[in-house]
Amino acid sequence: MRATAGLALALVATLAACATPGRDAARPSSASADPYPSTYRAYPGVPTALVGATVYDGAGGRIDNGTVLIADGEVVAVGGPELPIPAGYTRIDAAGKFVTPGVIDIHSHLGDYPTPSVQAHEDGNEMTAPITPEVWVEHSVWPQDPGFTRALANGGVTTLQILPGSANLMGGRTVTLKNVPGRTVQQMKFPGAPYGFKMACGENPKRVYGGQGRAPSTRMGNFAVNRQAWLDARKYAKGNRDERDLGKETLAGVLDGEILVHNHCYRADEMALVLDMAKEMGYRVTAFHHAVEAYKIADLLREADVCSAVWADWYGFKMEAYDGIPENAALLHNAGACVVIHSDDENGIQRLNQDAAKAQAAGRRMGIAIPDAEVIGWFTLNAARAMGIADVTGSLEPGKMADVVLWNGDPLSVYSRPEKVWIDGALMFDALDPKRRPVSDFELGQPGEGDVK
Amino acid sequence: MRRAALLAAALSAWLVTPVAAQDFAIVGATVALGDGSEPIENGTVLVRDGRIAAAGAGVPIPAGIETIDGRGRWVTPGLFASLTDLGLWDVEAVEESNDTAADKSPFGAALDVTPAINPQSEHVKVSRAGGVTRASVAGFPGGSIFAGQGALIDLGADRDAVMQPRAFQFVTLAEQGGAIAGGSRVAAHALFRNALREAKSFDERGALAARRAGTRGDMPLDLRPIDPRMTGSTADRGDDVLLTRFDAAALIPVVNGDQPLYVEAHRASDILAVLALRDEFPQLKLVLVGATEGWLVAQEIAAARVPVITEPLVDLPARFEQLGSTQSNVGRMVDAGVKVAIGGFAGDNQPRYAPQQAGNLVALNRLPGATGLTWGEAFAAISSVPAEIAGLGGTLGVLRPGAHGDVVLWDGDPLELSSAPVRVFIDGVEQPLDSHQSRLRERYRTPQEGALPKAYD
Repeated sequence: MRATAGLALALVATLAACATPGRDAARPSSASADPYPSTYRAYPGVPTALVGATVYDGAGGRIDNGTVLIADGEVVAVGGPELPIPAGYTRIDAAGKFVTPGVIDIHSHLGDYPTPSVQAHEDGNEMTAPITPEVWVEHSVWPQDPGFTRALANGGVTTLQILPGSANLMGGRTVTLKNVPGRTVQQMKFPGAPYGFKMACGENPKRVYGGQGRAPSTRMGNFAVNRQAWLDARKYAKGNRDERDLGKETLAGVLDGEILVHNHCYRADEMALVLDMAKEMGYRVTAFHHAVEAYKIADLLREADVCSAVWADWYGFKMEAYDGIPENAALLHNAGACVVIHSDDENGIQRLNQDAAKAQAAGRRMGIAIPDAEVIGWFTLNAARAMGIADVTGSLEPGKMADVVLWNGDPLSVYSRPEKVWIDGALMFDALDPKRRPVSDFELGQPGEGDVK
Repeated sequence: MRRAALLAAALSAWLVTPVAAQDFAIVGATVALGDGSEPIENGTVLVRDGRIAAAGAGVPIPAGIETIDGRGRWVTPGLFASLTDLGLWDVEAVEESNDTAADKSPFGAALDVTPAINPQSEHVKVSRAGGVTRASVAGFPGGSIFAGQGALIDLGADRDAVMQPRAFQFVTLAEQGGAIAGGSRVAAHALFRNALREAKSFDERGALAARRAGTRGDMPLDLRPIDPRMTGSTADRGDDVLLTRFDAAALIPVVNGDQPLYVEAHRASDILAVLALRDEFPQLKLVLVGATEGWLVAQEIAAARVPVITEPLVDLPARFEQLGSTQSNVGRMVDAGVKVAIGGFAGDNQPRYAPQQAGNLVALNRLPGATGLTWGEAFAAISSVPAEIAGLGGTLGVLRPGAHGDVVLWDGDPLELSSAPVRVFIDGVEQPLDSHQSRLRERYRTPQEGALPKAYD
């Protein structure tokens, strides 16, 4: 409890201090206000030593026969067999097993498109106007989505960003969650995580609104509508911010650098145009999501310091995905650009590690060798960086949140599964203990309850 | 060099005549026969005249035959992908390129997917490069609960994809069937029964029965005249019919048990309702598709000797008919004696993912309380079992003397994420593994342009 609250404060301070270029410090930013604050507190844990495992720290490091110490919700130490285990630690023999940071999915619709996938649950796209920066996805998230439990048990997911859908050019604010069950979404909100802002390029917005006979109906329409929205936002941001405007407050937060842009964008040429639009309007793109053609402009993306959040090998499902190739992630990595493996899928989120392994293998077959320890970073630290939470999670470093997965084998092998998952040092899943397996309200008393999933 | 030669061979196969099968032996490899057995180390696979001549340990190698060094590699039969949309779309969401569902067609059961299958689609090429050499292909239910007649194909780089047209009929009696039929499961079941009775009546009235003589028995599958739709029969039909003549005729082989009927159902009670259909239509050759809650009625499915084609990693209650979903579904059904194939590859769930899905079931076996498959069982679920369900047991999906020479050489354990096919043979003919994807990969090996734009690379 103490540790988490402290980290949250530290994170807010960090953001205020360094992530806000050009912001007028004297002016209170309405974007940083959080009227629906996180009430998450770490659940109780015991000081634990994971001993003898292959440890991937998420930051590119690998320790064979390693030891990881966690206590009071934090990573205490990571080292080799020489690392002393203090008194009072529960010792877990992890020989032959692997330890990684908790898996992070930067792109999920758990909660806003929950299962059962019935029409009444379609809460991810406010499909009534192409520009809806005023909506916050946390107001749609259903904490009882059974998908959260599968992501934990099968995927080792400890943190995830929920985004609005891609029907709109500006879809609204994202929310970053700890993957802990909660009665309320506030109980899941990642303390201190910056908000993200969902934008979408290409086919979806022009199809949805063009189909209604309104703008945008073309890609040039997409840009026109976006640019005008930015111009209006700039005017607001420079004017009287006390006059509240939900949409403009969010856009001003983006212009201030407090809210991170996550831009759904498949095609290379469109990503390049978006980068110029961001320059023109004075904001920054943090990550392109579903960037299936990122490999074509890996150099531009490296120079712009933009992450590409990608699937391993999805292709062909829509026109703008026709040029998807399995080597995308490896080519990006090889060019020095930032790679994040994402899911955008309630099933894929259960196997982000497997997607990363496939992407790594595709690279190796074309002569790009990427060490396992770096590949682990694709679904841990790189995701944390692009979500603005790398100071507190995403890697196994002393002082960071004890978000940890113990895998029963190599996490880049199809034959491995999470055996135990800790979130802030609390054991939230244990494959060996049915009592450490969450069951959502929805499944209680129904055929799916309590089964190994 | 070899790649260029293969491309040329593939091109000439497409343009002119089939390439001759080559005789070869792969030696020193880990061999998975596909029949459910565990892999054999340091084994040999011998292919002659387009057929498997021998496979296993201690196989003598004929003098003078081309040998392929398999050390450090794995050899398996080509994968058999059950119930796919292969060759039916170029871009799934580009409607005009997508032939998977005929929502606005007046026909249902009469729809025959055969003429729509495009062996040159990237979807086929990418799947072939993933080790898939055979598949069943069907459309989805669109305007009717009957999706129509599916085909069995090979994925060879030639013109002749279809091995067996009209190999099965596909109908949905799942939630979706209710929606299509008029708004409830009740309507779907009424529509289904009526359709089969109309087919039966049409058969009895017409001269079709006579034509059917010879459809059973020893004729090769691809020669069976299982399609009575074009007979031009003048037989009367009752005047209260719902089906078109074409649709009614198409269901005659179903109701007579000449053509398997693939039935989609997920909920346990829906599965039981499907099994009960045989009380009324005893000849039905049923195959269950989906069966998400199959594990809840596994004994009943096994007793009915009805095989299952399912997506093995479905573990969320995406629909109310899937409340009992679990990745242990396949393992529990197999343990109960049900024949289960991994399949249902449509859209983003593509046939090349079959090995990963099978591998996940092996991983599941290591978890307390969960039920997965052994390695041998898992590989069989993507090779011999789907072939058996397709009626091709012993000739495909298995390295057995006399079987088709569909052989894949892998750079490692085929179920492992890091592995991929190195060489693929269909009927003993080596296949190209190139595609639009592999060309893009080479063009963008370095993103920067050279002296000229990328379009000149």
